[in-house]
Amino acid sequence: MANIESNFKNMVLTLLIITLIASAALGLVYQVTKEPIAQAQQAKINNAIKAVLPEFDNQPASAAYTRKVDDGEVILYPATRNGQPVGVAIKTFTKKGFAGLIELMVGFLPDGSIYKVEVISHKETPGLGDKIEPKKSNFSTQFEGKNPETFKLMVKKDGGDVNAITASTISSRAYCDALNRAYQALKKGGEQ
Amino acid sequence: MSHIYQLTKGIIKENPIFVIVLGMCPTLATTSSAINGMGMGLATTFVLLSSNTVISLIARFIPDKVRIPSYIVVIATFVTIVDLVMQAYTQSLYESLGIFIPLIVVNCIVLGRAEAFANKNGVFDSMLDGLGMGLGFTLALTLLGSVREILGNFSVFGLKLIPKEPVWTAGQFFHDPMLVFILAPGAFIALAYMIAIFNKLKK
Repeated sequence: MANIESNFKNMVLTLLIITLIASAALGLVYQVTKEPIAQAQQAKINNAIKAVLPEFDNQPASAAYTRKVDDGEVILYPATRNGQPVGVAIKTFTKKGFAGLIELMVGFLPDGSIYKVEVISHKETPGLGDKIEPKKSNFSTQFEGKNPETFKLMVKKDGGDVNAITASTISSRAYCDALNRAYQALKKGGEQ
Repeated sequence: MSHIYQLTKGIIKENPIFVIVLGMCPTLATTSSAINGMGMGLATTFVLLSSNTVISLIARFIPDKVRIPSYIVVIATFVTIVDLVMQAYTQSLYESLGIFIPLIVVNCIVLGRAEAFANKNGVFDSMLDGLGMGLGFTLALTLLGSVREILGNFSVFGLKLIPKEPVWTAGQFFHDPMLVFILAPGAFIALAYMIAIFNKLKK
């Protein structure tokens, strides 16, 4: 145990030295990990874009732009192949999930139809709401090739065309909400 | 007490989960799958090992009245290092553990070992103690995560144990996994049974 007297000077000095060393160590680690963290996040976005669009040869992440829809911003990543547009990947979100925020990446073809949808992040219930992930169930495949102009992005219970996940109507509704937001952004986009 | 004892006591005799029952919050919340439990356990092991080492070295120079704030600063530093490193190199694990990595700071085991062991013992024993306690914690979390994943999802470490469509007709029982074990109540049920079995076996 300590054999240093607990007087004011000793206590202040001790805490000062400890916090100084700690902050120096953290500063160092932060510098070292800054680059890999940024890369890991960028790689995640790039993989999601690749998963939801047909083959492209440009850098959609560097041509990204944002559009304001309702209460938030979505990010659009236009993709081209040999200079011809092949589609737009849209990073969209909804706050109406069963456990809050759900982020999706939606790929739209130039004609406005959905190519594929990928989930970036969510906190839905494992085994129920997490079936929105393409690898857990085929819920998301029903949107492929559908144009939101004719395909009503609402669950059947609400009068739309979407087959909801059994026992996860809230997650399914949230998913449609996010897709709708992406489609609104696409219509505003003006690039296609 | 021998050095070997300092290392092994955390695994069986003084297992932080099954015997001391400390640090229940991350235990219950992060063990929805075996890999999550193991990730959480290893992160905590690193923090325990490092904080025990440093605290046993500096305890002599810290006035008694400010020892808890000093220990917390040391622990918080190591937790932040783990947080940054995991974010950089194991993105998907980092996302599934989420808020519980920063919360290692307030895990009772870490401060408990600093206060109960590291500030009274030498560096080498403190390192062994931290490592042993961490391994006991990891073992318990991995076991609990495996049990919950097997019962709740029919898989372990992400590997499916039973094909999606059961081939036998009498297998209706195995048709749907017991989802409750993945959810929060299942954590309590599974942990309670495991503590009971562990203590029965220990006797």
